[in-house]
Parts: sequence; C-alpha cells; structure tokens
Amino acid sequence: MNNDPVDAKLVQRIKANPKYQELVAKRSGFAWFLSMIMLIIYYAFILVVAFIPKSLGEKIAPDSVISIGIPIGVLIIIAAFILTGIYVYRANSTFDELTRQIKEETK
Amino acid sequence: MSRLWSFLLALAVGAWHPAAWAADAAKPESALNITAIAMFFVFVAVTLGITYWAASHTKTTKDFYAAGGGITGFQNGLAIAGDYMSAASFLGISAMVFAKGYDGLIYSIGFLVGWPVILFLMAEQLRNLGRYTFADIVSFRLSRVPIRTLSAMGTLFTVILYLIAQMVGAGQLIRTLFGLPYEYAVVTVGALMILYVAFGGMIATTWVQIIKAVLLLTGATFIALSALNHTHFDLELFFRTALESIKSSSLADHKKAVADSRDIFAPGGLVSDPVSAISLGLALMFGTAGLPHILMRFFTVPNAKEARKSVFYATGFIGYFYILTFIIGFGAVMMVAPNPQYMDAAKGTLMGGNNMAAIHLAHAAGGDLFLGFISAVAFATILAVVSGLTLAGASAVSHDLFANAMRGGKVDERTEMRVSKFSALAIGVIAIYLGIQFEKQNVAFMVGLAFAIAASANFPILFLSIHWKNLTTRGALIGGTLGLVTTVVMVVLSKTVWVDVLGNKTALFPYKDPAIFSMTLAFLGCWIFSKLDNSPQAAAERALFEAQEIRCESGIGAAGASQH
Repeated sequence: MNNDPVDAKLVQRIKANPKYQELVAKRSGFAWFLSMIMLIIYYAFILVVAFIPKSLGEKIAPDSVISIGIPIGVLIIIAAFILTGIYVYRANSTFDELTRQIKEETK
Repeated sequence: MSRLWSFLLALAVGAWHPAAWAADAAKPESALNITAIAMFFVFVAVTLGITYWAASHTKTTKDFYAAGGGITGFQNGLAIAGDYMSAASFLGISAMVFAKGYDGLIYSIGFLVGWPVILFLMAEQLRNLGRYTFADIVSFRLSRVPIRTLSAMGTLFTVILYLIAQMVGAGQLIRTLFGLPYEYAVVTVGALMILYVAFGGMIATTWVQIIKAVLLLTGATFIALSALNHTHFDLELFFRTALESIKSSSLADHKKAVADSRDIFAPGGLVSDPVSAISLGLALMFGTAGLPHILMRFFTVPNAKEARKSVFYATGFIGYFYILTFIIGFGAVMMVAPNPQYMDAAKGTLMGGNNMAAIHLAHAAGGDLFLGFISAVAFATILAVVSGLTLAGASAVSHDLFANAMRGGKVDERTEMRVSKFSALAIGVIAIYLGIQFEKQNVAFMVGLAFAIAASANFPILFLSIHWKNLTTRGALIGGTLGLVTTVVMVVLSKTVWVDVLGNKTALFPYKDPAIFSMTLAFLGCWIFSKLDNSPQAAAERALFEAQEIRCESGIGAAGASQH
C-alpha cells in the first residue's frame, strides 16, 4: 500500500548527504518566504477592507471615477500569479538539480 | 454498456418531450433555446464519446482514480481551473459585482490567493506522498482505520454540501435557460455525471474539465471583450457609463446604492466587521487547500515538477477568469441594468434572478446565438464540476472507507473499482434526490459551509501531517473532529441557517463565517492532544516522519506514472 516502508539505511544515507540538507533548507525557506509575502499582501488587503474600506474608494485621479481599489485588486491577482511563477522558475532550476544530484549520489 | 446508452436515450427523449416544455412555452426566450440545446447536445455527445474512449483505458485503480498519473502539468492546470471555476463562481461572482460592485472582487481575490500557498507548501508534497486521495498522505504515518474514516467523513461532508448547492443551482439555471422543468434538469445532470465518473473515471473527468475550462474561458473572454468594446476599450468611459447606468436601473440593490449615495467602486456592506472579514478570508484561502476534488487532481500528474507546473497554469487561468468576471459584472451594470427587457422591475431583480447577469450580458452583447453558446457553457460548467465532486466522493468511499479502513488495504483492484463505480452511482442518486428535495430551500450557505469544513477539518490535519513531526493519530482525530463539528454547529446557529433557513428570529451565533474560530480550534486540538500523546504508537508515528520527509522532498519512493 501507500506505507511502503522507506528503507531505513537509505533514509540515513540521504539524511547524511549535505546536499539533502541544503535542499530542505533552501526549499522550505523559500516556500515559507513566498507564502508570507502572499499572506501579508492578502491580509493587509482584508484588514483595509475591514477597518478603512473608504480608503479603497479614493479616485486614481481627480477627474476619474475609477477607485484605487480596482487596480489594487487586479494587482493582487497578478501578484499571486507572479509569485507562483517565481517559485516554479527557481524550483525547476535549483531545486530539481539538487534533487537529481541527491538521487544520483544515493543510487 | 448498451443498456446504459438506451437508458440515456430514453432520458434524453423524455427530457425533451414537448410535455416537459409546456410550463415555460410562453417564455420570451423560448425561441432562442434552439442554439443552446444544439450546442449542449454537441457537448454531451463529445463528452460521452470521450467517456467511451476513457472507459476502454480505465483498467486499473490508478487509471480510475488518477488517470494513470499521465496528465501533463498544463493539462492538469486547465483541469484544476475547470474544477475550480464553477457555475457558482462564473454566474455568482459576476452577479455579485453586478449587484454590489467592488465587493465581488473581494471574493474573487480570496478565492485566488489560496493557490500560491497551495503551491509553496503543499502541491509537491501531495504528489510525492499520495496516490489517490488526500487520506493517503495523512495515513502515511498515522493509524490507518481512524484517520481514513475521519478523512472520508471530511470529504463526504464537503462533497455532498457542494453537490447539493451545484444541483439546485443547475436545476434553477437550466429551468431558466432551457425552459426545462427543474426535476428533469437535476436528473439529466445527475445521470450524465454518473456516466462520466462510473465509466470514464478520472480520465473522462479530466477531459470534461479541460473542455469545459476552454469553453468557459473563451466564452467569458468574448463577453468581457464585447462589454469593453461598447466603450471602445476606454476604461474611464467604461466605469463612468456603469456609474451612470445604475441611476436608471430598477434593480433593488442599485436603487439602494443610489439612495445611500454609496460608491460601487469601493468596499460596501458585504464584509461588515473585522471578525467576519478575517474569517471569510481564512475560509476562502485555506478552504481551497482542503477541497478533496481539487486535492485529487495532484495525483494525476507523473511527478512533483508537473504538479507545481499545474498550479502555476491553474493560478494564471483562474486569476484571468476572475478579472473577466469583474469586467462582466460592470459590463452588465452598463448594458443590462438600463434595459427593461432584462429586468423584473416588480421584484427589483434581473429576469430569472440576479445570477443571470452574465447570461443577459451575453445576449445584450452578442444576440441569440451567443446567448445559446453561453447557456450551453454554463450547463457544461455545472456538469464538469459535479463530476469532479462525485469522483472525489466515490474515491473516499471505495479507497478510504472500503479498501483501507474496512479491508485493511487487502482488496484486489477489480473489487475496489467495482465498489467505486457503485459509490459513484450511489452518490449521484443521493445528489439527485437531495437536489430535488432542496429545490425551494436557500442553499447559498452550502458552498460557504463546504469551504469552512474543508478549511477547518481537512486542511489542518493534512497540513500538519506534512509539516509537523509531532502530529499523532490522537491529536489529528481530536483536532479534525473538533474542526468539523464546530464548523457545522456554528453555521447552523448563524443567521444563514438559523434565521434564513429555519425561520428563527435571531441568530445564536453572531458571525456568518465560522472559520476563524473552527480553524483555530482544529489546530489547537491537533497541537495540544498530539503534545500530550505519549503512547508508544505516537512515538512510532513521530519516528516515521524522517522517512516521510525524505520522500516528500526528494520524491524517492513516490508513485510514478503507470506504463501504457
């Protein structure tokens, strides 16, 4: 089933590999860093909606009807997409290369 | 197989029998239905063809649950978008923008921002640790029987609630669009989804999602472009015209906005107090990461790399789609609201309800042909989403409850497949039955409740089992159950159910969204009771974390794609 025991010796070998330690540290650090950026952007927005909703109604120019809330909202959506792009780019290059090396060395 | 085809034929003939149409024959739209029906039949014919093809390629449980693990990242990204962009979000969010203005965008953003977090903290881990259901991941270390049972409960609660909401929405939408009686519509949707899932499994479901996603994105792009073209792509003029239009609108929400001189381009009353705002934000963001039919999609790709690519594409498609719904909502304010043809002035709503904003805009912008196309797309959208849900529910029953919890994982593939097919049939029948029972009920709360349960029961145990070494079976059971029970109780006691559905005077629980409380309780429960757990079993579970982490990070030992 799913719980095939991963070979205990293999576990120790991989764990002892400094590249594995590097992969775990780099990846989880980067993943949490990007998650925090997304969470901060989103909850900053939610808190503005909750506490000072009027501020999002300010106009982008004196003679415009468009509120700054509209470009801000669209920018948050775009930011979410860009953040996923940044992660995928770095993972495809750096992290996958490290994983490949680890697999190679533990064969 | 042939018996099923003749059943479907009988159903189709019955559904389109003239008598079935009599009730709505006098409707003004009835002349336009021809396009919609023709396009709908083309969609059904194509998808049934795919199902027939998929059925011949569905030989193993891996094919059935995970499409053999052979879907590419791009395809899966489209399919995830297809699963996520329900008719509720297409019609519901554009309708919310139409009626309330900026508030609709707050929901869209909440629905989207969960995706990056899923990518960073869960997507690859899901792929490397799981096979068919998210319970696979949680039970990597934890005790099989109780954890599978709890996860299956969380899945079934989420799936059934979501299904009822979709079924009722489908019945009402199809009645309005096609003039087909409510019960016929629900039965047609139910029968088709059973066929897709029971015969075509994940392969058919994936392709139905992909086709639907392409159709929906194309249709929504055309509506949005036509609306923008109305002001020659001058955004300033676009919003200015919308602002002028609400003054002559007979929509109750618009009249109120004009009377209160409320700015429709700023947050309104929808998210009123800080607790509700944060609670809603939590449910939207983390609910996505606990939806079983979405999580299942990560097992259809061959490796972690494709899993992460699928989230990248999905986020792009979904984000683009939400920007379109925002344009469509204000496009409808501009082109639909001032036109009495689309308004039910007596009720202060749109003809057929406010959810029809996008549909009416399609007609205003592109005439009968385009209305027909968009109606068929809306129907296809519903079909695709309910199929994904049914497959997730069936997998929870056959893979988690039957094969693992009851039979200890010692079941041959054929038996497990047979059980999953019957489960799909059973879930379909239950969904049809409940869909008909709930026709007159207000089901708007159900999607919210499904998200809240996903965020408070499924997400905490899944997330902690991946990232927190100390999680034990006892902690997960207590925390997950706490999350599930408190969510349901709080929603039942809140205004949405206690007052709006059950007809009581005042709500016993003051907030609409329970997530801030129920999610916190679930995490606290998992944390405290895992920490207090000093049993030998807990020690063994903690010891397994190392092996889990290595598979999680490196993919060594993870299930690959099957060879065909």
